[in-house]
Amino acid sequence: MTLAAATNESLAEMSNVLIYSAMAVYTLAFFAYIAEWIFGSRSKVARTAAALTPKTQAKQAPAVTVNKAGGTAVLERPKVVVRAASGSRDVPDGPGAHGGDEQGDLFGRIAVSLTVLAFLLAFGGVLTRALSVERAPWGNMYEFNITFSTTAVGVYLLLLALKKNVRWLGLFLTTTVLLDLGLAVTVLYTESDQLVPALDSYWLYIHVSTAILCGAVFYVGAVGAVLYLFKDAYETKLAGGGRPGTFATSVLERLPAAASLDKFAYRVNAAVFPLWTFTIIAGAIWAGDAWGRYWGWDPKETWSFITWVAYAGYLHARATAGWKGRKAAYLALAAFGCWLFNYYGVNIFVSGKHSYADVGLGALRSVGF
Amino acid sequence: MSKTTTDETPGGTDTRDQDQDLGAAASQLSTAPTEEPPNLPSLGVVGWARWFWRQLTSMRVALLLLLLLSLGAIPGSLIPQTGIDETKVADFREQHEVLAPIYDKLGLFDVYSSVWFSAIYILLFVSLIGCIVPRTWQFVGQLRGRPPGAPRRLTRLPAHTTWRTGAAPEQVREAALALLQRRRFRAHLVGDAVAAEKGYLREVGNLVFHFSLIVMLVAFAWGQLFKSEGNKLVVEGDGFSNTLPQYDDIKSGSLFDAGDLEPFSFTVKDFRGTYERTGPNKGTPRTYEVDLAYSEGAYGEEKKTTVKVNEPLQVGDAKVYLTSHGYAPVVTVRDGKGKVVFQDAVPLLPLDANVTSSGVVKVLDGYRNPEGEKEQLGFQAFFVPTFGGSATGTMISQFPALDYPVLALNAYHGDLKANSGIPQSVYQMDKTKMKEFKDADGELFKKLLMPGETMKLPNGAGSVTFEKDIKEWAQFQVVQEPGGGWALGGAVAAIGGLAASLFIQRRRVWVRAAAGPDGVTVVEMAGLGRSESAKVPEELGDLAAVLYDRVPGAPDPDDASPDTSDSPDPQAAPAEGAEK
Ligand code: HEM
Repeated sequence: MTLAAATNESLAEMSNVLIYSAMAVYTLAFFAYIAEWIFGSRSKVARTAAALTPKTQAKQAPAVTVNKAGGTAVLERPKVVVRAASGSRDVPDGPGAHGGDEQGDLFGRIAVSLTVLAFLLAFGGVLTRALSVERAPWGNMYEFNITFSTTAVGVYLLLLALKKNVRWLGLFLTTTVLLDLGLAVTVLYTESDQLVPALDSYWLYIHVSTAILCGAVFYVGAVGAVLYLFKDAYETKLAGGGRPGTFATSVLERLPAAASLDKFAYRVNAAVFPLWTFTIIAGAIWAGDAWGRYWGWDPKETWSFITWVAYAGYLHARATAGWKGRKAAYLALAAFGCWLFNYYGVNIFVSGKHSYADVGLGALRSVGF
Repeated sequence: MSKTTTDETPGGTDTRDQDQDLGAAASQLSTAPTEEPPNLPSLGVVGWARWFWRQLTSMRVALLLLLLLSLGAIPGSLIPQTGIDETKVADFREQHEVLAPIYDKLGLFDVYSSVWFSAIYILLFVSLIGCIVPRTWQFVGQLRGRPPGAPRRLTRLPAHTTWRTGAAPEQVREAALALLQRRRFRAHLVGDAVAAEKGYLREVGNLVFHFSLIVMLVAFAWGQLFKSEGNKLVVEGDGFSNTLPQYDDIKSGSLFDAGDLEPFSFTVKDFRGTYERTGPNKGTPRTYEVDLAYSEGAYGEEKKTTVKVNEPLQVGDAKVYLTSHGYAPVVTVRDGKGKVVFQDAVPLLPLDANVTSSGVVKVLDGYRNPEGEKEQLGFQAFFVPTFGGSATGTMISQFPALDYPVLALNAYHGDLKANSGIPQSVYQMDKTKMKEFKDADGELFKKLLMPGETMKLPNGAGSVTFEKDIKEWAQFQVVQEPGGGWALGGAVAAIGGLAASLFIQRRRVWVRAAAGPDGVTVVEMAGLGRSESAKVPEELGDLAAVLYDRVPGAPDPDDASPDTSDSPDPQAAPAEGAEK
């Protein structure tokens, strides 16, 4: 018994060390991404401007050729020509943060490698934390936070591994991940401990793990939506004959086209929406077993519902004339705001049956005892 | 092999023309309501009603209502709600004398059953029904019909490809039809082209999702109307049967009937609790469970089960939850002659997390005082499972488990007024007609007892024994909420429908094969999705590759103009000419 406790304590120690190491490496990655942006700025890329400045417009061929050459086929395949839907701007995607600069690209690669390393460290931190408490590492806000940021980075790396064009996310992601971890180790830190019986259910694994995953993916979608808003404003200005500032140009030229960012945000949000629906339903089933009713308008339930309706509104907006584009993007951000409030705001400011996730204080008797 | 790149002429006419071109091809690719420009109704009640209905079932209003619903749900999460925590509402009323009446008027203490909140979601669901029904009919129509023929100029579509082949046009069309059908497209031949469509499940999914929302709402409302929720405290060894009079208290929905109660009964065998011994969470429960023997129906056979915090006992529609627990010391009271007048486990109510408890021992019948008169006895009881030691001087428990149990009693005699007709709490004593037993100093007679100890009442009035056997009690909440199965079914269907709706792309493919001006067959393929997607060109590429294998490319004519692909269509030619 005491021996086990000692092992657990050293595991918890190890978890803390790993989390701090991860933070250090994330910081290095952060600087490497900065370097990528800085070196990338040396090259002059102004494709958007070229595509949108009236005189050159006609010359720009928007054709993106999709090559699907099979390995065995000897025959040349017919080429598929893709064109943008009528009404949308034909703007090519930016080259990414490195801006085509070789040194910038090198720093970008270093940054990604460091992100992978930091991710592994953080993952180890989460894992040892879980081992030290012999349960899933989602019993309090400290644990939520470290799992959440690790998952968000995991989603990013997964998209990279799938060869999606998302490296431009790196800087924004590491910045916020550092904030999130900083908050976790300073304000939210909680000694590792076991769960109250109400949290001790396999629904914890299902409900909370999907909730964290959804949050991470929604977050990536929200970053996409913010960047879309900037890029769209930039493109609109250019198309109207305006001249954006040099800093804006330098940054925004390197991002994907507004249409691509918009589509990226939509895909990410839409892909995870069914999972979010499932999360709420799993929570309702759990509430049915733990509290005797599956839905009772507890603040956490209410805010999950609000988040859900807000994202449903966003998906609707995309199919509603006059609501596509910027308005839909604002909706997506509002929806993510609801998610964030549900995660931080409700835990800290509003008390309800979900108040297990206390900051510091031992979780106590939330189920009526 | 010719490769066509876009040759866009800037200008309004082109875009409009292009949209018209796509119009037919893209028609009915979804069942979403088309947005009409708001044209105000000209005349009459019917006109207005129709206009109103159109508005209500439009996507714009549905979106607005969705946003309103999420906004409307917010106050209920920030302001205390009667349905969730009445004491908090009472506190709030005391602290905000000005605000509270306003909140009352606005229904802000009961948002989720307020008129305005109900209005939003009822409107939304009327809109939903008004949206689903026509969409379903439309979809059935689309299933009966066939994919529309190829647009005049396939080059105008979001993804397209073309090549010249030595094969005859009929041969190409046949191969294309076979290929598309094998790939589970619904395909048919229209004129010189094959038209094909796939992904109808997307629409099915979308309709199923929206329909499931209705099922869930109805199931939830049904559950609220027929719901019952009662509490019962049972001491180890005692039993409960699920009838109205047995409950300590019960709340129910407006259509609930006592006959709806699921017939079952149970006996409490054993409660087990263990608690964290050290650390910051000292005292937090670790095990918390109760063994029951229960039987379903009036004469069901007895079965054994264990109820835990997350694991209620389910009988039919009813669920039995373990909600709290406490101690019930067994107390024996004897009169002056040593005759036992009371012996029972007395459940005491916990006051804090470490189960400091209080309650009353009432001896109603059978006691005669030393003078031989009938009298009633009452004892105020305080109990701690873990006493801090007499040095601390307090009766505040240090730990929830039975480490050092101590019972403190003070004694009264007289009339408990139990028969006055006013229902009495078993945990409180009406002292108006009770007199204190006095100790030697003339103070209220009171004593601390360890298990097994007996205290003698003054003047030979009898004795009270705190038996060694301390029982525990468990409190149960019995909830019966019909419709849960429907809600769950609706939820599962909703997720399935949603996934189909979001992940399946409904798309069309056309393959046109016709002889070009030089007699060589020109194959044109184009794809169109409901929304722009990378999958459409990818799939088109795949299809084209397979078809290209069957009807391989022929060499390009030397003088191929980039417009070759447009010319095979005889109808298109004049329009193109006029445009340029
Ligand atoms: C109870 C409230 C509603 C919720 C939560 C809801 C939710 C959703 C969601 C999440 C989607 C996205 C799925 C997809 O894109 O296929 C969707 C699509 C859709 N909804 Fe709703 N909806 C609601 C009410 C309505 C109403 C009242 C209408 C009719 C006016 C409607 C019509 C549609 C249509 C046509 C689509 C498909 C859009 C498209 O084709 O992309 N919905 N809805």
